[in-house]
This record gives sequence, C-alpha cells and structure tokens, in this order.
Amino acid sequence: MSQNCARTSRADGIIDKSLLRSLFRSMLRIRVTEESIAMLLGQGEIRCPTHLYTGQEAIAVGICAALDSQDYIFGGHRSHGHYLAKGGDLRALVAELYGKATGCARGRGGSMHLVAPEVGLLGTVPLVAATIPIGVGAALASKLRGERRVSVPFFGDGATEEGHFHESLNLAANFRLPVVFVCENNLYSSHMHINERRAEDNIHKSGEAHGLPGVCLDGNDVVAVYRAGIEAIDRARRDGGPTLLECRTYRWRGHVGPAFDTDVGVKRKNEMGYWIPRDPVARARTRLVEMGLAQSEIDHIEQEIIAEVQEAIQFARESLSPSADDLEKHVFINPQTGR
Amino acid sequence: MRTLTYAQAIREAFAQLLKTDPRVFVIGQGVRSPWYAGTSLKDLDKDFGRDRIIDSPVSENATTGAAVGAALAGMRPIVFHSRMDFMLLAVDPIVNQAANWSHIFAGQVGVPIVIRAVINRGGEQGAQHSQALQAMFAHIPGVKVIMPATPYDAKGLLIAAVKDGNPVMYIDDRWLYEERGEVPEAMYEVPIGVAAIRRRGADVSIVATSFMVVEALKAASILTHRQIDAEVIDLRSISPWDHETVFNSVRKTGCLIVVDAAWKTCGVAAEISAGVAEGAFAALKAPVARVCLPDVPAPSSASLERAYYIGAEDIAASAEQVFLQKREKEFLVTSLLNEGNAEGKGRSIESSPRKSMTGAAGL
Repeated sequence: MSQNCARTSRADGIIDKSLLRSLFRSMLRIRVTEESIAMLLGQGEIRCPTHLYTGQEAIAVGICAALDSQDYIFGGHRSHGHYLAKGGDLRALVAELYGKATGCARGRGGSMHLVAPEVGLLGTVPLVAATIPIGVGAALASKLRGERRVSVPFFGDGATEEGHFHESLNLAANFRLPVVFVCENNLYSSHMHINERRAEDNIHKSGEAHGLPGVCLDGNDVVAVYRAGIEAIDRARRDGGPTLLECRTYRWRGHVGPAFDTDVGVKRKNEMGYWIPRDPVARARTRLVEMGLAQSEIDHIEQEIIAEVQEAIQFARESLSPSADDLEKHVFINPQTGR
Repeated sequence: MRTLTYAQAIREAFAQLLKTDPRVFVIGQGVRSPWYAGTSLKDLDKDFGRDRIIDSPVSENATTGAAVGAALAGMRPIVFHSRMDFMLLAVDPIVNQAANWSHIFAGQVGVPIVIRAVINRGGEQGAQHSQALQAMFAHIPGVKVIMPATPYDAKGLLIAAVKDGNPVMYIDDRWLYEERGEVPEAMYEVPIGVAAIRRRGADVSIVATSFMVVEALKAASILTHRQIDAEVIDLRSISPWDHETVFNSVRKTGCLIVVDAAWKTCGVAAEISAGVAEGAFAALKAPVARVCLPDVPAPSSASLERAYYIGAEDIAASAEQVFLQKREKEFLVTSLLNEGNAEGKGRSIESSPRKSMTGAAGL
C-alpha cells in the first residue's frame, strides 16, 4: 500500500461470508479469463490490441458489487474486468476479441470497444479519459430525469493528466451530479511510471481542489473497494454529489498484450516482487479460508470458472466472422427503428 | 404568412423542442447571454428553467462529452458553441466519440446529440473568433452537418436535427440573424440531405452554403444585368449533400460555381466540385469555379477584412467568367461541327456576342 495516500479507507471489519465468496468468485472469473486470453494472445489466436486487467480485479468487482444493475458504467482500453464485473456476457466478450459476429460489438470493436447496454455498460473506448465526461453526462441525464441512477467512469492514472479529467470533476461538483470517478492508479501510463509524469503522486487530492471528496484506498483489497464504493455511491444516489476514488493497484501484465514489460526496467521487476504477494484474488481466498470456506468449495468454484471460460473460447472459435456486407451498416442509427 | 428573423426562428425551434420533448436540454457556454447567442436563445432559461438551459463553465470538452453521455443515456441534448473556433477544444467528444459509437457498437447504442456551432465572421474579431470549419466535420463519417440559410430552414432543420437521433452539427452564421422570412408557427421538419433551388436559371449553376446563399442571390441579380440567367442552389446540408439536385442543375446549365465562405483547400467547394466531376462530368462545358476565402487566417483590421471576405460581386465576377468560358466552348463546338461548310470554317471565339457586350475578358 502506498504511503502517498493521505486519507486511507480500510476495511478490516467483519464482512458477510456469502458476499465475500461472491466477490472472490467474480475476481477469479476475471483472472482466469485474462490469463486464458494472455495465452491465446501469445499463440497469435487473438490479434487485436488487448490490455489485460490481471492484478486490478478487486476494483471492478468491488465497485460493481456496490452498484445496482441499472446504474451506468464506462471504461477505457483496459476494461474486460469492468465488463465482466457489471454482468456482461463472457461468450460475447471472447467472441469480440476474436473479431466474430457474435461479439458484444459484432466484431467491430475488439478488446478496446466493449458494450453491454443491458447491464448498464454503455461503452468502453480507448481514447484516454474520453469516458470521464461521458460518464458525467449519463449522471446529468439521471439527475434531469429525477432518477437515482449513479454513473461510474473507470479510468487509469494516465487519464488524470488529461484536461477531460479536471473539466469533468469541476462540472460534476458544480452541478452536484451522481457520479463516482474511479481512478485505478496502477502506477503506469503505458510504459511510464507515475513519478516520471507528475511532480507529486497525489491524484486523490484533485477531488478537494475541485470541491468533491477525494479518497485514496487499497485497490487490491476488494472489501475496502466495496466499502468505499458503497459510501460514495450511496452519497451520489442521495443527491450528495460526486466522489473521486483513487484505488492504488498494480498492472501485472504489460501495457498491451501478454508480455510483462520487464524490459521497462529493473524497477518494475522490484515492483512485481512487492505487488504479487498483494494479489487481490489470493487475499480474498485467504480471508475466505479464515472464515471457514472449505478448500474443496474453492476448488469447485475454480473448476466451474475454467469450464465456463473454455466453453466461451470454443464458442468464439466456432462463431462466424462478420459479413463484409455489414461494413457500412450502423454509421447512423435509423430514426425509424432506433438501430 | 407570419415572418420571423433567422434568430427568432432558431429561438422558436428551441422553445418548441423544449416544450414538447422532456429529453431535450441545452448546454454550453453563454446560453444565457446575448453576447454569445444574440437573441437566438433569449430568455429560454426563464421559460424552461436553468436545469434545462445550462450555462456552463468554459469547458468545451467536458460539456460536449457530457452531452454525448447524456445522449447515450437517452436524452436529446443540444450543445451550444458560441464560436466554432472554441468547439475545437471538443473535437475528441465530437469526432472520436459521438460520430463513432453507433458504428463501433453495431447500433446497440446511439448518440442523439445536436451540436450547434456559430460562425461569427467579421467585426474585426480576427482569426480565433471567426472560423468556418464545416469541411473539417463534414469529413467525418457518423456526423451530419447542416447549414440553414433561411429563417424557415433555421427552424425546420433544427427540429429535424433533434429528431434525427444521430449526431448532427447545426452551423449558423450570425450574419444571417436579421434575415427575415416566412416561418410557420407549427413545428415542422426540413429534411436533412436535401438542397433547395432558390432561383431557377438556365445559364450557370451557383451552389452556395449558409450566408453565401444570400450573396449568391444578390449575384444572380447582378448577373441579370449582364444577360446571364443564374440558378442558385442552397446546399442546406453539407453532409450528406444532395448530389442529384446539383447534378441536375449542372446537366441543365453545363457549368458550376461553388461558393463557400471558408477556405478553399479541401473545403466544401472542393467536395462539390469533385462530386460533379465524378457524377456529371459530361455535362460540364467550362471548368468548375470555386469562390472561397483565401487560404489565410482571418485578419482583424477592417481594411484587411474587406480584402478577405467574399460577397456578391466576387460571385458574379466568377460566374460571368465561367459563363464566358462555356460560351466559348459552345461556339468552338458549333464551328467544328460546321467545318464541313467552308463559310463557317475558322469562326473565331472572339466573335462571341456576350464577350463584347460585357467586356469582361479574363480568358
């Protein structure tokens, strides 16, 4: 855990075993999916630019568990975890990576453009920070309609260096919009460490500067993320305005693809030594065992997930590619059909 | 019928849209201020409340991005950019986001957003308060670009833009705000993608955008004194643009002048010219002419502005030259056809009656 967090939200209290089991299962499902995709990328079977979420699972899972199904989320280039945690269909995710017509974006998006409107994921796009103001807009829609839907844009530490971020925080605070900004500070923007990019490692302080609470927390502790999420989401839902959550975490794999980017330097190797023992999935597993969950049940969960992921890969392999006849479709929505 | 000014017509469209569709709201810098919007948004905040008429911080990127997000979540936002120049800070939400999402996500989500951009030329405002950037955005698939030139269209195209359900950039030139014309009180739509023939003529086709339609009609009037009968087409929609109306006119007149008060290189006039070259080349009897701004940023000093901006005289001069070239070719063709007759052989182009009459050579 970084010493840079001025205010730390910790969660050492009691948590319901069935909730933790569910959070663990959701994280493990993302982990197994990502590591299976890493293998397929290595084999050249999946070819689109793919940014893996391994190591950051607690953030998507903790926040999405605190959201209602009708709440909105948005993501960026590293969003498989957000898609799955919010309830997006696993088979449609893998098929999208394969560029198949059965993919969640019908093979038009690839890994960086995911969508699952049926569960409130209106889109993930790779223009860094682009979905921060878009997330604010979904919150504005909710507020104008008098709904209690909350909107969550997920973004990385690199995105906080864009103007989008600062304009959006000000706009959301000024109009007291129901949005929770979730920054996943994995210490790297592409190949560059945060200390090379900022005079100070203090993202959460942007909250205070813009008139909203900024909280720094252990993003590798799913219970801490869940609790911070509940608090911020509840405040947003009660018209209490936005919150910025800076979740400290670490990207295990490289920026893009299956490699570990150790060529970035010795420092990263040292960092891996620090962060791998802080694996969010392993921490939740240990806690569950302490709470009395049988190892056999954990094994069973793992086997179920592996089977589901294998089935999704098989589905993607067997799916048809999109037809060239469809290339020019959907440039515009048909006003008559709404599609 | 009742008449309204162009600015009043815009204001009426806003009011009717806000009244009839709870999904519609307005966001942008200066929506409450006549400095930015003239009378085109006057008192909308008083009539519809400041929740729906949102005067924003100077954050073009975030306000436009927020409008995209609200549109994705089912609203019908109209974003206001009081100068097109300022809108350049919102290119990411417009070009990367609004224009892309429907296609990327195979029509599962859409961005029903109207982006209203104002051109505010002249008045010694210089290079960063005056740009006309329609061509930049017309280049982008997934965003429609419209430029109404009359009060009737100012209202009808705005209503059509909101009802379209896709990203539509609505560009209005402040030089049009005091133009007066007939405007029905009821709500109505002017279809996007359909040009209007503002004046029928047989000799030359003048295709114009936005305020240049007003100037083209003045030019047509000047040209009548030179015995040239000009057809004036108001393009209305830049993307998509109405190929058939333009082609049919060129097939009738045999020549084309395109007028767009923006830069020439890679501009709207270039697109129309290329479209005609592809689709109606055989009908052309003279080279296509473009009347555009020089490829120079807008100056401030009034004396330089006079040299920079284009108007009716420039259009008339260009149209006349094109017409003479067409006549020359027609005489040439006639004389070639008559070559069999010894008497007709070698008939000089200088014998064109039009040329001697107008005295404008330029050949």
